Amino acid sequence: MIALDHVTKRYDGRAVVDDLTLEIAAGELCVLLGSSGCGKSTTLRMINRLVTADAGTIRVGGDDVTRLPAEMLRRRIGYAIQSTGLFPHWNVADNIATVPRLLKWPAARVGARVDELLALLRLDPGAYRGKFPHQLSGGEQQRVGVARALAADPELLLMDEPFAAVDPITRDALQGELARIHRTTQKTIVFVTHDIEEALRLATSIAIMERGRIAQFGTPVELLEHPASDFVSDFVGRQGLGLKLLSVRRVADRVRHGESAAGEPLAADASLRDALSAMAQRRTDRLPVADAAGQALGIITLPDLVR
Amino acid sequence: MRAAYLRAGNRPSRRRRETRLLTSPIVWVGLLFAALLLRMAALRPVLHRAFPGVSPVIYDRASFVELFLDHLQLVAIACLAASVLGVSLAVFVTRPAGRDFRTLVELVAAVGQTFPPVAVLAIAVPLIGFGARPTVIALFIYGLLPIIDNAVAGLEGVSPAVRDAADGMGLSPWQRLYAVELPLAGPVILAGIRVSVAIAIGTATIGSTVGALTLGTPMFDGLVADNLPFVIEGAVLVALFAILTDMLFAVLDRRLRRHLPG
Repeated sequence: MIALDHVTKRYDGRAVVDDLTLEIAAGELCVLLGSSGCGKSTTLRMINRLVTADAGTIRVGGDDVTRLPAEMLRRRIGYAIQSTGLFPHWNVADNIATVPRLLKWPAARVGARVDELLALLRLDPGAYRGKFPHQLSGGEQQRVGVARALAADPELLLMDEPFAAVDPITRDALQGELARIHRTTQKTIVFVTHDIEEALRLATSIAIMERGRIAQFGTPVELLEHPASDFVSDFVGRQGLGLKLLSVRRVADRVRHGESAAGEPLAADASLRDALSAMAQRRTDRLPVADAAGQALGIITLPDLVR
Repeated sequence: MRAAYLRAGNRPSRRRRETRLLTSPIVWVGLLFAALLLRMAALRPVLHRAFPGVSPVIYDRASFVELFLDHLQLVAIACLAASVLGVSLAVFVTRPAGRDFRTLVELVAAVGQTFPPVAVLAIAVPLIGFGARPTVIALFIYGLLPIIDNAVAGLEGVSPAVRDAADGMGLSPWQRLYAVELPLAGPVILAGIRVSVAIAIGTATIGSTVGALTLGTPMFDGLVADNLPFVIEGAVLVALFAILTDMLFAVLDRRLRRHLPG
């Protein structure tokens, strides 16, 4: 889906992105993770050509991004940023409709799409369509920002620390929404963050960046179990590593089918960390597991967590 | 609930609009101004009593309506031209291509404002003759600086995140300018034009010294002929003209800000 090939970007002679090669498959939620100044945002912004690369090629869906007119390219790619960048003088519906209107969709289709997206982001269309950005909370603004990025049903979504400026509870809810949207739409998403917990929660693959280069690229489990360097171990954090591993593994993979236990069932897509937490809280070593529809699947026990 | 309340706030019923119109000072100032323009002669007995021995007490060498329309025309042409050029220059120097010219443009505009309008008239008259034209030029030069300054500040004040989002959505530079930047900078740009117009209305009166017809003409004629009522009539009309225009700008400002935060 996205291929960066020996890409370099220099500012004042200093390479911010240094000979970077990275391939992201369709349907991935790839997190670019690193501390500030590591070049992760610059990398993201080169994909939709808000920043032009000095060397190397970037392909999106097979097309070299420099061969397309920048505006055409960007209308194909959803873009959401930390401070939302909602247009303050347009209401929610007009903000979401930005790209569909640029693409000259008929008005009826635009209106239907706006309502569909508001519903997808769990905002009541009737109540929110006509509101202006300054009438919304930070979390609601960010939901609208994500809806706007998704509006024209882009094949690719770029998100630059979209949840960094909201409070922890709202951030948790928004991360949940994004994970759900990614599962249901299977869109390719490139997500920039400096927050390891956020990366572990959302990513199907993580590229840890250090001074313009990729320190390691792999799945969350690979990064935790086999860090490629001291830098990566330091970044993912040596403390609480076991708990982080539990947080990237799903209950569904450890279920003992055909057994049953008493109590409120765990969701199959909950993490093992959630399972451990529930066991500690309920003072038990076995919990029932159910699927999303509430159908009982089996149980999970304490030894299963560390198997 | 909240949405319904806000809608009601934005779109008052016809009845409420009518009440607001009647209580609005703009209507009363407008009526007073129109009445004085058209029926100044009705004040003749009052002025006779206030200024015994002065005759005539009502300016009669031109009608006030005529003087007002000429005055309005001078101000309108000069400010319209200054607005078009000023905003265009501000747009230019806030684009990547024009950034290097920003200091130069601001400097030239600032120098323009340091010339007293009287000096501009003194220089312009020998070059292009008497009448309205040197006055328009003086007002134009004098009005340019506040417009450029405010337009640059307004355009620069658009949040970088909003500009970044506009680019990222795929708006062309031109679309970004007219759909996002100009509406958001609108109130600040308007404030510059408002200052410029206020200055121009007052300054246009000195155009009367070089043969332009304005509401300043009765004032200067009155000063020359030692006729105080003429001076007062001109001065009151210019003041009301300026106040009324400023009120209209306030309405326009509220309209531009209607959907902006703060």
